[in-house]
This record gives sequence, C-alpha cells and structure tokens, in this order.
Amino acid sequence: MDVAPDDKETLGAMLATRGVGRRSLLKFAIAMASSLALPPGVAPLMAANLAKAKRRSVIWLSFQECTGCVETLLRSSSPTIDQLIFDFISLDYQEALMAAAGAAAEKTLHDAIAANKGEYLLAIDGSIPTKDGGVYSLTGGRSNLAMLKDVAADAKAILAIGTCAAFGGIPKAFPNPTGAVGVEDLVRDKPIVNIPGCPPVPEVLSGVLAYFISFGKLPDLDDRKRPLAYFGATIHDQCYRRAFYDQGKFAHAFDDEGARQGWCLFELGCKGPTTHNACASVKWNNGTSFPIQSGHGCIGCSQPDFWDAGGFYTSLAGGSATGWRNAGIAAAVGIAGGAAAALAARSKAKDVDSTPAPEDKP
Amino acid sequence: MTLLEFARGPAWQASVLILIAGVAWRLVAMILLRRRPQFAAPRHGLPQRIGGGARTILTRFMPRRAFWPRIAVSVVLSATFHIGLGVIIFGGAPHILVIRQFTGLSWPSLPKGVIVIVSGVTLASMIALLLRRLNHPVLRLLSTADDYLSWLLVFLPVLTGMLLSGETVGGYGNLLALHILSVELMVIWLPFGKLMHAGLVFAGRGLMGMNFSRKGAAT
Repeated sequence: MDVAPDDKETLGAMLATRGVGRRSLLKFAIAMASSLALPPGVAPLMAANLAKAKRRSVIWLSFQECTGCVETLLRSSSPTIDQLIFDFISLDYQEALMAAAGAAAEKTLHDAIAANKGEYLLAIDGSIPTKDGGVYSLTGGRSNLAMLKDVAADAKAILAIGTCAAFGGIPKAFPNPTGAVGVEDLVRDKPIVNIPGCPPVPEVLSGVLAYFISFGKLPDLDDRKRPLAYFGATIHDQCYRRAFYDQGKFAHAFDDEGARQGWCLFELGCKGPTTHNACASVKWNNGTSFPIQSGHGCIGCSQPDFWDAGGFYTSLAGGSATGWRNAGIAAAVGIAGGAAAALAARSKAKDVDSTPAPEDKP
Repeated sequence: MTLLEFARGPAWQASVLILIAGVAWRLVAMILLRRRPQFAAPRHGLPQRIGGGARTILTRFMPRRAFWPRIAVSVVLSATFHIGLGVIIFGGAPHILVIRQFTGLSWPSLPKGVIVIVSGVTLASMIALLLRRLNHPVLRLLSTADDYLSWLLVFLPVLTGMLLSGETVGGYGNLLALHILSVELMVIWLPFGKLMHAGLVFAGRGLMGMNFSRKGAAT
C-alpha cells in the first residue's frame, strides 16, 4: 500500500505495517458496505476514507453488567481486519482491559477526555442504576450515574453496547431493585447508537465503527436508535427455517421428528418474529451458526424488556392463563347477574299478569 | 409494556374473564326465564323428543326448497364465511397452538397459503353479505346496531389475521398485537350480542325441535 510519509498515523499506514494491502482493505470495505446495506459503489470510497482515517479516541465505560459484551467482542474470531479496526481506534479507557488501576486509571480517563474533548466516542456496556442516587454500582467511589453525565458531556457520540446499556436489560427486569435504565433514558443531548443483544453481534460494532471512521457520521438508525442495516429486519424474516413456518411445519417438542427435520421453532417459543437483530444473517463465530440453527428458538435478547416478555418457551400465539380462581369468580359474578336479571324479568311479568285488562274493568 | 405484551397479558385475561361472566349471565338469565306451562299431553316420550331436537339442529342447516330461489345467494355466502371461519380458526397453526396451550388438544395444521386464500374468500363473502344487508329493504329495516357491530368484530380479526400472515404493513409484532386485540374485542362482545348464536343456535334449534316433537309436529 502506498502511504505518504505524513500519513503514518493513518489506518492505511497501520495496516501496511501489518502486511494488509489495499486489495484486502477494499474487500473489507465491500463486506462492510454490503452489511451496512450501502450501494456497491460506496466500497472504494469507504476503503479510501478508511485508509486516510486517523486514530479516534474511544472511552469505554462498563457499568452494571456481566462483561459478556466485552468478552464477546474480544473473542469474536481469530485476528481479522475487524480486530485491526479495533486496534486502530485508540481505546483510551477500558477497565477490564487496561493495565492501569486505581488513581492511575482515573488519571488516564481524565487525560483522554481533556485531550479529545468533543471528539471521542463513548462506548458503554451495562445499565445505569438510578435508585438511591445510583449507589448500587460505583467505580473509584463514583456512581455510574455521575460518571455517565461527566463523560457523556464532551463525547461526540455514544455507543450503547448490549441490551443493558441500550434498554436496561436484565438488571432492569422486574422488580428492578436498582432502578436500572439504559443510556438513552439519561442522555438526551448526544447522538446515541444502540447495539443491543445479550451479547451483541460483534460485526455490528465493527460495521458501525467502520462507517463512523469512513464517513465521520453515524449510520442510519431505526426508531430505537439501532443501526437500520443490522436491525431493520426481524430474525423471522431472515431465518432459513422461515419456509417451514409458511408451510405450517412446526417442531412440537425439542426431541420430536419436526425438530430433527429442522422445522420452525415458533411453537416452542421462538421470538424471531418480534426480534430485530442480525443473528440470522451475520451469525456467530465467523458465520458458523446462530441459536435457531443450533435448534433453540430465539429468546429476543436484543429487544427491550425481553426478560419480562413472557416465557422463553411460550409461543407468541399464546396468552397468559387467567387461572381457575379468577375464572370461578367471573362465573359466579355472571351467574349472580343472570339470576338477578331473570328474577327481575319474572317480577315484571307477574306485575303484567296481575294488571287487569281494560275490558275486565267493571 | 408493549402493545403486544398488553394484548397477550392483561387484555387477554380481562377478555376471557368477561367472556366467562357474560356467558354465565346469559345462560342463567335464559334458563331461569318463566316458561309457558304445557297443558296438552305430550305426543312423544323424551327419547323421541331428543331425537326430534337433534334432527332439527341438522335439518335447519338446509332451507326448504321453496325458499331457495330467493335466499340461495345469502345462504351460500353465509355458509362460505362460516365454513371459512371454521377453517381459519381450526386449521391455522397459531390458533391450534392457542387451543393446545389451554386445552392440551392438538391436530395437524393447514399450510399458511391455504389459510390466506380461505381468509380472502371469507372476507369477500362477509363484504357481500354486508352489501346485501344494506341494500335489501327488509333486511335493512330489521338490522340493528348489534348486527353491524357483530359483523365488524368478526371482520376485523379475519382482516388483521390476513395482514399478519403476509406481514404486509407495520411489522409482525404490531400486527400480531392488533390481531389479538381484535379477537379480544370479539370475545368481549360475544355473550352480549348476536354473536352468542355461535353456541345458542344449536340450543335454540334443539329446544324448538324437542317442542315440535312433543306436539307431534314435523321436525
């Protein structure tokens, strides 16, 4: 790759030192453009912009979370150009990965904010507890709530990574003892991209970063602030078992003939029809598989409040039972009302019977 | 709580409870109504009267030949949409699933394409029947708000179900929520209006047949 001497800080230069040529970068750009649903002609421009792009500071804050999102993104695949993109960003603060700790880590955060004011990307995984002043999750004695407000103030944009950061996730599930919320519930004045999933699909983050680095802006988002290219369609729409749904061929149990034949898992509680994500198209582990391909229905982990949205094994068609006690009370009310109505009708009829007809009058 | 969660949760439970209370109220009120005393000796015993009732339930499905020329269109349209509803309700995979969830009973479903075609035919026959009701002077005179409301509350679930099967507009989740809510509206109205004929038509015909049989009239 031809790199001008003054372009040593660019992605093109960095990739060249690792033996990644222009052709490979173009292939990556084509793949990214394709996954972002951009026209094919955009790929060369994207590749050129990527080659010219400079390191962008990213500050990553982990709040009330399980570190599953970070683990997934780090262990997504063997070293690929995606990971070089991650290498290319200047990840200035990430508690799980950085060597520094304590006061040194805090200083790193403050230095990164000061050096990149208004230009850094803020990545967040985990929900933010708000109850009792946010005391349920602290870093260095400061609440997540206070940290978010401070660090978000000078960010160029915020990436809410994982369902917890996007919508509150499992910490927000009933009874939500910590008052957990997602980033968008607290930050209103910054561009936010939600990349939900428990965990999120790593390639979505790569795609959003590649787009942001290439074009200096965020990709098109849906009404829940999710990248439209990855979250525009439901799992159901992209599912390879969709044909069986249309034919009315369903697995009734996880070990029946339908399951062995790979038929639709709708009856077994698959939430694919109501879940927006890229699992069925991008898949996991280098495109190896995704939950439905492994024989389990989608649990809808990238949707808001998925943990409280009915049982994972209750089909979308079904409703929740009223219970025999409530049904009995309803029946008793109905019987009492019906009996009262019948008695009233009888009483009225008796009055009519006892009223003498006009011709009977003396 | 999303619209779908509302439809599948509180709205579903409330509609089922209202249905139970309403059906109980309607049945008890009818059973306890004062009846005209029967002074004449019965022509037939109870077994024959039960047979007469059963026969009437069946024979009333087919109108008398003399009436055919005048009512053939409405009979065919009515039969089409009633059979269509039966096929949709008992042949659609998600419907069988709901039935299985609450009763444990299950049977093979029909392909979605068949259900969509049947839904289209059902909707068309319902629209034709509505037009006939609006254009026929006697039918229009006899029709009340109950007739039009009952028509609408049957039409909407079929329409939303058809849109849902094609996932045409609004996304699966929203269409599913609207479909379930439209069914719940129908379920709520069922015991209080003419939709109650879904069950009472058989009881009514049966009792009338038994009464005819008691008097020795043809059933």
